[in-house]
Amino acid sequence: MAQTLDRDVIEAVRRFVDRDVIPVASELEHRDEYPHALVATMRELGLFGATIPAEHGGLGLSFVSYARLMTELSRGWMSLAGVLNSHLIMAYIITHHGTDEQRKRFLPAMAAGEKRGGLALTEPHAGSDVQSIRTTAVRHGDNYVLKGSKMFITNARHGTMLAVAAKTDPKAKPAYAGISMFAVEKNERGPTVSRNLKKLGYKGIDTCEVLLEELDVPAGNLIGGQEGQGFKQVMSALEVGRINVAARAVGVAQAAFENAIRYAQQRTTFGKPICEHQAVQLMLADMGTRLEAARLMVQSAAEKKDAGERCDVEAGMAKLFASEACAKVTLDAMRVLGGYGYTAEFPVERFYRDAPLMMIGEGTNEIQALVIARGLLSRNRI
Amino acid sequence: MKILVPVKRVPDPATTIRILPDGSGIATDNIKWVINPFDEIALEEALRIKEKQGGGDVALLSVGQQAWQEQLRTGLAMGADRAILVRADQPLDTLAIARVMAKIVGDEKPELVIIGKQAIDDDSNQVGQMLAEMLGWPQATFASKVEIAGTKCTVVREVDGGVETLAFELPAVITADLRLNEPRYASLPGIMKARKKELKEIPVDSLGLDLAPKLKIKALAAPAKRQAGRKVGSVEELVGVLHSEAKVI
Repeated sequence: MAQTLDRDVIEAVRRFVDRDVIPVASELEHRDEYPHALVATMRELGLFGATIPAEHGGLGLSFVSYARLMTELSRGWMSLAGVLNSHLIMAYIITHHGTDEQRKRFLPAMAAGEKRGGLALTEPHAGSDVQSIRTTAVRHGDNYVLKGSKMFITNARHGTMLAVAAKTDPKAKPAYAGISMFAVEKNERGPTVSRNLKKLGYKGIDTCEVLLEELDVPAGNLIGGQEGQGFKQVMSALEVGRINVAARAVGVAQAAFENAIRYAQQRTTFGKPICEHQAVQLMLADMGTRLEAARLMVQSAAEKKDAGERCDVEAGMAKLFASEACAKVTLDAMRVLGGYGYTAEFPVERFYRDAPLMMIGEGTNEIQALVIARGLLSRNRI
Repeated sequence: MKILVPVKRVPDPATTIRILPDGSGIATDNIKWVINPFDEIALEEALRIKEKQGGGDVALLSVGQQAWQEQLRTGLAMGADRAILVRADQPLDTLAIARVMAKIVGDEKPELVIIGKQAIDDDSNQVGQMLAEMLGWPQATFASKVEIAGTKCTVVREVDGGVETLAFELPAVITADLRLNEPRYASLPGIMKARKKELKEIPVDSLGLDLAPKLKIKALAAPAKRQAGRKVGSVEELVGVLHSEAKVI
């Protein structure tokens, strides 16, 4: 089992981020432009196969390494982590729940980045409350006919396929038992991307509204080949998603911290560098401490996942803590930079705008808190 | 074709270098180490030659300590086939390094050695030339273009005010200049594969060479801090200052 950190791999990603990402990130972000060139390099690097098992053409990285990789990418530009993450979540679902035939058909092409996936779960009125999705899938001969609409779907425009959650039995009790997952490859009939959403941050990457207008999907693309397994499949993948979002938060916070601590040593006021003023030191200490704690929590959750242990509580805690820490650290970085931090001349404003996504995405922090509390209660029953 | 690429471990050019208080060397804590960028260009060229010829053998060679393995692994991840580390824990000067390399070249019998024109740490710019001399091979330094046809090689090299084209027979030593190519990234699958590639260690003492240093570093000193610039009001004032203060006109 690969539990160790692949230092050489992380180093290579760090180099890519320093050399190719950081110099262009703010400019692309301000133009809200999809980073085609960076994505092409990520493909050459082999990043799209990060957690796909080696026997299916991927790198088979441990989750500890995967988390670090996401942190590194996010230190440069958080949107790049988004390009990768839902692709890898889809691959995770196929790896762990797909049939042999599906693994062989999809994973090698996904690892090479030829097929790029996403996760179509959320709907306009159903986010964290997955059970209440309304998209339906009705069996029709060799096909299922999918009908419904999805919201906030990352990679929908530039990806080639989506893992779509739909109800094969809308009347099932409990409701989640009626959900199935489909590997839907895009073709001229759909899924249709109706619009790109404008966002506060997380720019450059396609976050879309997607329509499924009576779209035929071959029955062989029902993930796992059995109806009603979708909820379980998605839930297992969401632990990965939470570790991912937490790791991104660490990356964004780290970038903000690095900018702040550099600036604090360059800028002078009242005859000395501002890092010698206690008011600034207190902020730097607080930022550094939160960052370190967040990093350790992410690592710890990832280690549990690598060990094959259930880590929903730990992943939730890491996500909750790291995203709140990120929001605080990015705001404090802006305080350290003062007026310059508020301008688009420095990247801190970008980190500040990117931070809230991690509090909201992959289950809001309020939902995380509930999941954590329930988990803690069930582990500590008297 | 068999190509040997010597590589040196140097501080990352982006690292801030601090000199030890006694001037005996640089502080090595907190330094990130990389392959000498010119050697990386040399490796890239070797890989391109191999790819163009549809096969061959690209071997890396380092003379240094255990930790140098790290850079050799990076080179293997970029695509080199194997690596040789001549283990030497004592500091060696350029002449000693060239002697070690000449010995290894004698054993390995490559048809071409490509090395960076200089290492960015001490900027000596000597090893490639010394090595060619010891081997009695042609040398083409500061290469900005390399073409190989059979045993004939053409190198375009950058000289003051223009370029010079050399033609010679292999085997030879080529030293790589900055504009020869842009090195590739080591892909992540490449990194995974590199872990299993051959990395042979040879103790330097086993080579039976005279490695006594002919060169001694007496002291290192940081360059003087740059003074802040200042604005002058007119051309007359500028000319006056250049004459009376800077004393350049």
